[in-house]
Amino acid sequence: MKSALEIAAAVRGGQSALVAVEESLTAIRARNEELNVFLYVDEDGARDAAARVDEQVRRGEDPGLLAGVPIALKDNLCTTGIPTTCSSKILEGWQPPYNATVVDRLVAHGAISMGKTNLDEFAMGSSTENSAFGPTRNPLDPARVPGGSSGGSAAAVASNMTPISLGSDTGGSIRQPAALCGLVGVKPTYGLVSRYGLIAFASSLDQIGPFARSVSDAALLLEAIAGHDPLDSTSLPEPTPSLLAHVADGVAGKRIGLVRELVDGADDDVVRAVTKAVETLKDAGATIVELSIPELHLGLSAYYLIAPAEASSNLARFDGVRFGNRVDGDDVTAMMEATRTAGFGAEVKRRIMLGTYALSAGYFDAYYGQALKVRTRMIEAFATAYQQVDMIIGATTPSVAFEFGSKTNDPMAMYLNDVFTIPTNLAGEAAISVPFGTGEANLPIGVQLLGPGRSEARLFAAARVLEIADGRA
Amino acid sequence: MTLPNGWEMVVGLEVHTELKTKTKLFCGCANEFGSAPNSQVCPICLGLPGSMPVLNERAVELAMAIGFALNCTIQDSTFHRKNYFYPDMPKDYQVSQYDLPINARGYLDLPDGSRVSIERAHMEEDTGKTTHLGTSGRIHGADRSLVDYNRSGVPLVEIVSGPDIRNPQQARDYVAELRSILVAIGASDGRMEEGSLRVDANVSVHKPDTPFGTRCEIKNLNSLRSLTRAIEYEALRQIDVLEDGGSIRQETRHWDEDRGETSTLRVKEEAEDYRYFREPDLVDLAPDQAWKDRVLAGLPKLPARRRQDLEALLTNPTDAQRDGVTTVVDLNLDIYVEGVAQAQGDVALAVARAANELAANIEKLANLSVENFVATVAMEQSGQLSATQAKNVLSELLDQGGDPVSVAKAKGFEQLSTDSLSATVGELIVANPEEWQRFKDGDDKLAQFFIGLVMKATKGQANGKAVIAELQSRR
Repeated sequence: MKSALEIAAAVRGGQSALVAVEESLTAIRARNEELNVFLYVDEDGARDAAARVDEQVRRGEDPGLLAGVPIALKDNLCTTGIPTTCSSKILEGWQPPYNATVVDRLVAHGAISMGKTNLDEFAMGSSTENSAFGPTRNPLDPARVPGGSSGGSAAAVASNMTPISLGSDTGGSIRQPAALCGLVGVKPTYGLVSRYGLIAFASSLDQIGPFARSVSDAALLLEAIAGHDPLDSTSLPEPTPSLLAHVADGVAGKRIGLVRELVDGADDDVVRAVTKAVETLKDAGATIVELSIPELHLGLSAYYLIAPAEASSNLARFDGVRFGNRVDGDDVTAMMEATRTAGFGAEVKRRIMLGTYALSAGYFDAYYGQALKVRTRMIEAFATAYQQVDMIIGATTPSVAFEFGSKTNDPMAMYLNDVFTIPTNLAGEAAISVPFGTGEANLPIGVQLLGPGRSEARLFAAARVLEIADGRA
Repeated sequence: MTLPNGWEMVVGLEVHTELKTKTKLFCGCANEFGSAPNSQVCPICLGLPGSMPVLNERAVELAMAIGFALNCTIQDSTFHRKNYFYPDMPKDYQVSQYDLPINARGYLDLPDGSRVSIERAHMEEDTGKTTHLGTSGRIHGADRSLVDYNRSGVPLVEIVSGPDIRNPQQARDYVAELRSILVAIGASDGRMEEGSLRVDANVSVHKPDTPFGTRCEIKNLNSLRSLTRAIEYEALRQIDVLEDGGSIRQETRHWDEDRGETSTLRVKEEAEDYRYFREPDLVDLAPDQAWKDRVLAGLPKLPARRRQDLEALLTNPTDAQRDGVTTVVDLNLDIYVEGVAQAQGDVALAVARAANELAANIEKLANLSVENFVATVAMEQSGQLSATQAKNVLSELLDQGGDPVSVAKAKGFEQLSTDSLSATVGELIVANPEEWQRFKDGDDKLAQFFIGLVMKATKGQANGKAVIAELQSRR
């Protein structure tokens, strides 16, 4: 399948948007049953949207940056006319009466939604095994997980069903599946992309971001969806940054910090890939500074208090009263209990309980309050590091894609998958995972580049250097 | 009221006021009372998944205006989530201000000269409204419950007083004064019966110079009358318990207006753990100085100052005149009285007419210009109209509009001629020789007796002052 840039150029040049849409539908038909990528394929909607794009071109209008580009949407983004489930039984069949801001922006840029992709229920997980509608398989090795929680969106791109897709990243949910599926994945600066219409997991950590096979496509997609939204109070006020234009800027003169804590504990093949990436960047003119940020070790613990605490509140509204599925009970309390007991899966319940406990009177200071202090220290530690360097390099995940069931009975082992990605969410900063080399079983490895807020252009430029060196042109 | 055996009551009040904004606190839905159920809702105030709040600027301005009017410090503030499950709470949490309210530490001076401290006045969102069908009338045991989310997300300010109130009358004065201020600054329509102003009372009793007693919170106080009755009942109830050797448990109690008593709603141990934490979907609220200055500059003259200014127009005002001034200010009738003062008219008379005739017809005021009010008062003052005639003219003006001269003429309120008055007085003196003698001997009280007779004889058309003048001339 062509890249998003190629498709947009062709459509703007007069080629029917249906060409790419049909190609996408063919790819979906070929492997969706096997891989369980899409929970809902919007065939009719996609063809209608393609016709509208064609009509725009005929009228001499520019459909936008993503003219006729098929895209897959994680199923925690609200879309009118088709279901949004968060891969949860509690929302099965629910149709939001409104679109997420990013969905409206994609339409405004001429992109064509092919449908909604599988995820760990309410984005809680690192393997997409927590979906109420069955796991998604890694297209590169169907015996392995695609990562999570945006596993469906990663698999859609990795299996050439769509050139690009959107996920959401609360603790690594874009970057980790990107690494495991051999894709570029971006966790943008907190507030760069509107969260309006993203069904919240942990509001202070969630960000929507792109998956793509190339750095340029990722930059293109992020440029299309970024920018201030008056419907999201936490959205940054500044205008959308120019990203695509800086992809080829290189890293000459840049100072890059190699942070020990972002490599410690990773498998040997992963460590080797990071080391090689560092050499590559050095050869391209960057200065490498070896750093230690001990606070990063505290990230996982702080995250697993803050994220569940917010989730316990965010998920309270799923009570059977106004929307979603209801299980009746003798009175309203019994109805709510029955609805939530039947509607939520085990991991969601586990996190709601954790978060409720962390916020409870008598425990608040020791747990949630303490985690907030750690978060502040993490922000300060990153700020100190960024006085010395322009960006930081490390691993995205400790290992390549793992096999189904290998971590499902050990939540801690599963949580450790996000140890390198979580600090960026806690700090509200930007990070990108870019494929670089392969490891065990010839599976892809992701290298992570981290930067301060609004440093996406710089990170794309560095990622592009690695992409070229990795032979991905 | 005085409590028995030297007991003293200690009362603090929590007043919730709905803000008079066009739209809700976090969305663009209309903030209107009385629309069809669930006709003013959107994904945000229904708490649909993915929706997010955006703070209403006007609500912030009104909250700041309340702060300024209550002499508070307006400070940078934050929003929290108060988590609890209830079907009228769409998100199952309420967005409210917690440890950093927009307004902190102020006070309210009452007409009796006492001062009640204000601990805070913070912003929060209102809930929907639940109607429970079935015999219990409460959520448990209801056959069905209907929820109307029109009220969900309506902006509220909760004003929390210090425990400074010592008797029911003072509590009443506090709420009345607060309501008057909220209406004057346009923050609220002040309607307790519609629930746009809601009061909870924290009541405890103790002996002076000993620590405060355990308090109980009284809910469901829907009128000033309920407020005073409930506080009095609760204080006496607590004293009974204590004097019988019992102790008060901290609890929330429900006021039953029909039975005139409070009963336990829930005890402290059953109180929910609200798991407050910072609302991550909103940013800190930090109004800059220029914005605060604009709100302060836009603040109208407050009721206390307006009363003071009107009373200054009266010489040695009586209690009745002061009450009249309070009514004039509460009902926003100042311009009528001020008009009379500017025309060098009789201000006391103006206050009396405004506080009675105008106050009783507040919905018809559009028909009566200040100019016509001033003219009517002047006609009464000069004797062209008797008091009864003046009231009659005002009533006509309020009903139909028009000018007082034409109305008086149309009603045949011509001034009684001096000759005719003189003749009437002469006849009445002859008919009441004993009373006339006593008046001649210096008993001025008898003047009223004769005025009464003249009024009766002339069907109220005579002017009292003219009657006195006639009596004096014959004395």
